[in-house]
Amino acid sequence: MRVWQLLLTVLSVLALSGCGYNTLQSTDEQIKASWAEVLNQYQRRADLVPNLVSTVKGFAAQEQTVLLGVTNARAKVGSVQITPELINNEQAFAKFQAAQGELTSALSRLLVVSENYPQLKSDANFRDLQAQLEGTENRITVARNRYIKTVQDYNITVRSFPSNLTAMMFGFKVKPSFTVENEKEISRPPTVDFSAPEQQMPAK
Amino acid sequence: MISARLSSKCLLNDMIRAWAPALLIALVWLSGLAHAEVAVPPLRAHVTDLTNTLDTAQKQQLETRLAQFEAKKGAQIAVLLIPTTQPEAIEQYSIRVVDAWKLGRKGIDDGVLLLIAKDDRTLRIEVGYGLEGVLPDASAKRIIAETIAPHFKRGNYYAGIATGIEQLLAVIEGESLPPPRERSAISGSVKNLESLLFIAFMLAMGVGGVLRKFFGRLPAAIIIGFVTAMLAWLIVAPILIAGVVGVIAFMFTLVGGGRGFIGGGGFGQGGFGGGGFGGGGGGFGGGGASGRW
Repeated sequence: MRVWQLLLTVLSVLALSGCGYNTLQSTDEQIKASWAEVLNQYQRRADLVPNLVSTVKGFAAQEQTVLLGVTNARAKVGSVQITPELINNEQAFAKFQAAQGELTSALSRLLVVSENYPQLKSDANFRDLQAQLEGTENRITVARNRYIKTVQDYNITVRSFPSNLTAMMFGFKVKPSFTVENEKEISRPPTVDFSAPEQQMPAK
Repeated sequence: MISARLSSKCLLNDMIRAWAPALLIALVWLSGLAHAEVAVPPLRAHVTDLTNTLDTAQKQQLETRLAQFEAKKGAQIAVLLIPTTQPEAIEQYSIRVVDAWKLGRKGIDDGVLLLIAKDDRTLRIEVGYGLEGVLPDASAKRIIAETIAPHFKRGNYYAGIATGIEQLLAVIEGESLPPPRERSAISGSVKNLESLLFIAFMLAMGVGGVLRKFFGRLPAAIIIGFVTAMLAWLIVAPILIAGVVGVIAFMFTLVGGGRGFIGGGGFGQGGFGGGGFGGGGGGFGGGGASGRW
């Protein structure tokens, strides 16, 4: 009797969790949603660019190379075909990421250059655009982080034991995620390393 | 032989005893490494001051203002003062705070956080999804740069926060948000779950007992579990919850009347504190602006 009870409980729990099938389905949908949010925010940034370029041009027309760099990077971002299937194709994903990374660095160069133009810096329109750009970059970071997290959940399900059989059976494959390593290296200020040991002291 | 083993055991014990503090320190240090980032404080009031910058009266004044606004308009605005967000940037820390606090109402996402890292001399206004339209990044930036930062530069923290808050409220006042609801209505889903568990319990106790007599223990349990799950699914929805309720009903019937398992009622513990202040479940996507002084 006891054994039967136990067996039945285990069976019913297994049936409920569906060998990971439902988890796969729901995490797959979550990935789609968070990917859409990433695209949405990148699009928002791309939409800001023409306005920003024309504003900067009004004050700093001589910065041709920087302005051209932003315009070209923006054009390249626009030329990458954005489809929902992008997340299943590692190569297309890398290409998309490279194009967006290029725009990121072109925009940051533009902002650095704009520091040299006090009139531009005090222009209300430019300041608003700059605030919007900062906000959008932050939204992109948040959206990317959430995407990375959902992909992580999904990939763990696809690769860990009982559910990997289900994944194999229904053709769920590991999905690519953002690689932030090199970007992190570039943007990390060296001071972080120095302050790290001091941060430990209160933890003890 | 025995004594040799004993002494070797003692030696081992001594070694452990000698090394234990070092090990412990190493462990603490390692865990410190892993959690080097600043922890998110619990949300207990609209105004959380971990730097002792505001005195009690000032805090009380801000608190009542924000509580009144929330009662009237529904939007939830919180202020958090901390010493530092290092090693994280203020944006990273701030999104962690709002992800944990969930300011604003669920689905309306009308929460705003004013975060001030005093020793870093940085501040940020984090805007919930639902208010990004009325309070775009540029407006948030202007409130920071033109209203709050000048006060902070002069060391006038309370004046900066109070005028900044007033501006935020004035902006949000202009947005037509759904009217605020009673707090009990917000925790509806939790109440539903509790009542479901109760129904499952009653079914298992009453009908289960009768069914058990007719069909035997196991088929009765299966029937009850299935019927309860279906009912739960029809009444409130999430299939997972329905499943859980079904399984609980199944267990009740299977194990039979007299014995325990009432511990299943522990499921009723939802995220909402009883009567106290808490986030309503609003979502944030990184909108807002940061600044320094």
